[in-house]
Amino acid sequence: MDSQVLIDKELFERLVDRMAHQLLEHHDFSETDLVGLQPRGYLLALRIQKRLKQLEPHLEIQCGALDTTFHRDDFRQRETHIAPSLTLMPFLVENRNVILIDDVLFTGRTIRSGLDALMAHGRPKSVQLMVLIDRRFQRELPIEAKYIGKSVDSLDRQYVFVDWEDQPGLSQVLLLNEKPK
Amino acid sequence: MNQLSIRHLTGIRGLTRNDLDLIFQTAKGFKEVINRPIKKVPSLRDITIANLFFENSTRTRLSFELAEKRLSADVVNFSAGSSSVKKGETLVDTVNNILAMKVDLVVIRHPHPGAPDFLARKLDTVVVNAGDGTHEHPTQALLDAFSLLERLGDLEGKNVAIVGDIRHSRVAISNILCLKLMGANVRVCGPKTLIPKHIQTLGVEVSHDLDETLLWCDVANMLRIQLERQERGSVPYFPSLREYAMQYGLNNERMNRIDRPITIMHPGPINRGVEITSDVADSAHSIILDQVENGVAIRMAVLYLLTAKG
Repeated sequence: MDSQVLIDKELFERLVDRMAHQLLEHHDFSETDLVGLQPRGYLLALRIQKRLKQLEPHLEIQCGALDTTFHRDDFRQRETHIAPSLTLMPFLVENRNVILIDDVLFTGRTIRSGLDALMAHGRPKSVQLMVLIDRRFQRELPIEAKYIGKSVDSLDRQYVFVDWEDQPGLSQVLLLNEKPK
Repeated sequence: MNQLSIRHLTGIRGLTRNDLDLIFQTAKGFKEVINRPIKKVPSLRDITIANLFFENSTRTRLSFELAEKRLSADVVNFSAGSSSVKKGETLVDTVNNILAMKVDLVVIRHPHPGAPDFLARKLDTVVVNAGDGTHEHPTQALLDAFSLLERLGDLEGKNVAIVGDIRHSRVAISNILCLKLMGANVRVCGPKTLIPKHIQTLGVEVSHDLDETLLWCDVANMLRIQLERQERGSVPYFPSLREYAMQYGLNNERMNRIDRPITIMHPGPINRGVEITSDVADSAHSIILDQVENGVAIRMAVLYLLTAKG
């Protein structure tokens, strides 16, 4: 299968680093929580949380995982439905600033369902969106990210694949010409 | 693996191990949902569900209705007591009339075994069995197995005893089928009159000695003595409730005689002091209230997965 490296392993770490610094510019984390969308947004959120702790060891940063399966608008329209992942929200987002984190922003529909799912855990004071990849020409809903790792111009049929590795320095992002099986 | 192999849930018979795993995995997600401050998701907002209860029920009906509402489905309720069934309408006519009002899914409880199967064959809608006579009660068996998985982690090789009125119990049959599918060893225990002949063909052991069974098992599922059926027959199934409680009732004295902890279940409603005493039912070994909580999550999972097929 044809593929092209969008973000190599070195750049990946640089992007995580930059986004962590951007967060620190705008938030002191006394009223701010990270919430990652399952599955891969949560991995990114954990990575950001880890980096923030390295940069500012005294900060207490909470990180939740949100599963959007039951809030999706394409339920019954997909050929096979998505099996749910776990939601781990050990805190209420009532009156907090939430950084909603996902790996790829594409049509915006996952983020919409994520917002919906988030509201079930309280009324946040504000929500900001952070994504690693923004596929900016394929949006179907008026949703934009505040913190973006990299913007990508891609075709509708192409697929952005985030190759996650647990250890820092090994993850990369690929652009595939068709969706993997 | 992401889809059920069935279109209707009329019984545990017909389900595969994959189906069970998928239902349990989905139920886990829903259990988290019903513990949120806002316990509702929009998954079934375009679905209308009819609850047809041709037989009395409190718990199952409430549980189904809550599950439906937490999935944002529209719900209509029907109970036989106050309907045209009394005027002689047939089952298919009654249900067809309800379906003509554009209902997508039917949850049915009926005193006659096989009624949900019959509807599933006759109608072009999804049917979920909420208990049919002495045949099956699949969602109860699913929630029992789910509760046990939570407590024990795995059911493979575990010994489960089902104690009491096996003859009249749809819960027993569904439980046996479900537990066998999960790889557990199952034994039924009760007075001879309340254990049907040929029950061994389901692959279960039979015992008439509760004390010996308690030493064998990891889990004891204490079924309700169905007093209404006891009184109706001309010859009772056992001499008196007091004698039944002495022979087959679970009490602290019996529990103290076994050297290791076992898990106690009961599908409800409990006859306290008959099949189980209050001190055992309310003890730390009992997962009776977990069963009720999990009932809503399991029913949400079943409704969600069945409507996913469209």
